[in-house]
Amino acid sequence: MSVAHAPIDGSRFPHKHLLGIEGLSPDEITLLLDLSETYVEQNRRPDKKQSVLRGRTLINLFFETSTRTRTSFELAGKRLGGDVINISVSDSAIKKGETLMDTAMTLNAMHADVLVVRHPFSGGVALLAQKVNCSVINAGDGSHEHPTQALLDALTIRRRKGRLAGLTVAICGDVMHSRVARSNIHLLNTMGARVRIVAPPTLVPGQADRLGVEVFTEMAPGIADCDIVMMLRLQSERMSGSFVPSMREYFHFWGLDYEKLRAAKTEALIMHPGPMNRGVEIDSEVADDVGRSLIHEQVEMGVAVRMACLETLAGRLPSLAENDGDTSG
Amino acid sequence: MTVSGGKKAAGKVAYVNARLLDPAGGLDAPGGVLVDGETIAEFGAGLFAGGQFEVGVPDDAQTVDCKGACLAPGLIDIRVQLRDPGEEHKETIQSGSRAAAAGGVTAMVCLPNTDPPIDDVSVLEFVARRAREVKLVKVYAYGALTRGLEGREITEIGLMAEAGALGFTDGVRATADATVMRRALSYASAFGKPIIQHPEEPSLAAGGEMNEGEIAMRLGLKGIPAMAETIMVERDLRLVELTGGRYHAAHLSTAGAIQRVREAKADGLPVTCDTAPHYFALNEMAVGDYRTFAKVSPPLRAEADRRAVIEGIKDGTIDVIASDHAPQDQDSKRLPFTQAEFGVVGLETLLPISLELVHNGHMPLLEVLARLTCRPADLLGLRSGRLTRGGPAALVLFDPDRPWQIEDDELNSKAKNSAFDGRPVQGRVLRTVVDGRTVYTLDD
Repeated sequence: MSVAHAPIDGSRFPHKHLLGIEGLSPDEITLLLDLSETYVEQNRRPDKKQSVLRGRTLINLFFETSTRTRTSFELAGKRLGGDVINISVSDSAIKKGETLMDTAMTLNAMHADVLVVRHPFSGGVALLAQKVNCSVINAGDGSHEHPTQALLDALTIRRRKGRLAGLTVAICGDVMHSRVARSNIHLLNTMGARVRIVAPPTLVPGQADRLGVEVFTEMAPGIADCDIVMMLRLQSERMSGSFVPSMREYFHFWGLDYEKLRAAKTEALIMHPGPMNRGVEIDSEVADDVGRSLIHEQVEMGVAVRMACLETLAGRLPSLAENDGDTSG
Repeated sequence: MTVSGGKKAAGKVAYVNARLLDPAGGLDAPGGVLVDGETIAEFGAGLFAGGQFEVGVPDDAQTVDCKGACLAPGLIDIRVQLRDPGEEHKETIQSGSRAAAAGGVTAMVCLPNTDPPIDDVSVLEFVARRAREVKLVKVYAYGALTRGLEGREITEIGLMAEAGALGFTDGVRATADATVMRRALSYASAFGKPIIQHPEEPSLAAGGEMNEGEIAMRLGLKGIPAMAETIMVERDLRLVELTGGRYHAAHLSTAGAIQRVREAKADGLPVTCDTAPHYFALNEMAVGDYRTFAKVSPPLRAEADRRAVIEGIKDGTIDVIASDHAPQDQDSKRLPFTQAEFGVVGLETLLPISLELVHNGHMPLLEVLARLTCRPADLLGLRSGRLTRGGPAALVLFDPDRPWQIEDDELNSKAKNSAFDGRPVQGRVLRTVVDGRTVYTLDD
């Protein structure tokens, strides 16, 4: 086991929880991204194991199904040497009617150190964070925020483009219901990028301009001269007749294919938080274009970013040396 | 503080050294009231005034020295949910009556959204009987406008009116079907009763959690557009034109709807409306960090709407201030915002929050009191709400300036879901009198 870097200075990230990007300073975001960089390199070596979280208990609590995010946090926790437990709704008491407050009390009694929570309702993770003793990382709450996704997207962009400031990023698709979009808008604006959203009018949140973005309802002008085209997943229940008339019509006007992509810069890169609906918001050819699509790189960055977040929050936990000399973990 | 029920009315009680207020008669002067049994025997400026001594107090009367505090007709709260029968863990007629007494409310009108709903005479009589047993404040009820509050078939409006229902409404549900509303307005006019609407176009508001706008967008909560209220009020006003029925729009919260009512009144339509204290004392910012105690229906609106509500109260477009008391227990509120129930308790904060309109210089005291006493009485045909010789002795004694802090733990309501917890306010109820009986006195 090795230590990748010197311990981080807790005063540079004075937060107990990571509940959202809104409210984080450029310095705090940069700290997390810089730390993530070190883990990208670590994760490519044969010996990936660290001891930063040795003796710490990490609980993944998912009230919504997730493969990518949950696995990513699980890997991150294990690579840092922590003990990781997954609880999902299907096998928990929550399904039997336990309230969120009761769940919080139960988790307190288990003495978890870090809790990673995904919840179907906006604010659900923040509510839980008010009641538990440990640090909480928001792994997505309703339509509100998904901060680690925005961080991994930013890390991906920064590694490819060398910077965030001054880039033009188009976020395309179901912005209204997307927590990924909100977190990305906050992060990119904070770091000095220019953000556009491109969506059918029914999927543009009211007063979106108040978030400091330019709003487009057509793809061609929306992605014109963009450095990054970030596609969002369209939820199937929103495709037929409610927000957009049909999958076919949506793809025709807002699905990303090479035809539409011509409007962007020739070196523009494509991103998608996954899982993709091929043929709905993105054409397979574009998605699989290794020269332009960053989709798999995003997944790789996800593990590094989550390691950085876990380490940063764990740095604020009481030292293990306080266990009366018992450091066996 | 003390809430005392069931006492017989004392014989004669002389309230002396009061600042006597009667909005109906435009009276604001030092004076007193002589109560005999359940009614007001005498009142007036200068009554019992004689320098240091009370002059003319009958020998057999007990004397209450008001020490210069305001003595006014008791408040009438025309929109209250008592949850009884059916949800007695949230509120009962007993606990709601205690809250009313502590708030200076001597009469309240409850919504029919109980379980079972007040959609026939028997449930109406149950509520009346429970209120008589509790014997604190006067409890009136609206009848359901449609059977089971389902918005389809109208109830026995005539029979319920005869049994004491003061108006008809589907409570916290909008009567969305235009034909049902048309018939209700038309039919109820035969009995002289108003139709009370929860004015919100349900398909536009469906699934909504807070006011649509920047804050809802940032929080990732589904918005309810202000237009949902305006559209429903506009439609209803057209139906009032068509039928001539009496229409009352409850808890208006938007500039648009208030403007439509203003225009309808200018056109002479038989239209009235009310608002609740939270719509002029708070705006959508109160939701802050997913604060479920600020989740109300209709939602707290934008600052421009809040100001429009104050303008509406000032120019008389808004006739009445009602608490829209909606008790919810902890299990209904300590949830993610999306899952939490709508509503706040308000009986005990109705007066101090309304008095903010006075303290902030918007309106004179008598004008604010009018919207809490004689206006609601006139709207629903009640005899209280004004000082009249031989009229019911329903009075509130309060100090309009006394500062205190609202604390939800100290509320008399069973549920503690106040939107105003921790708010410093001015104006405190000292004593509440119903039918000559003192039902509440502030201990201090």
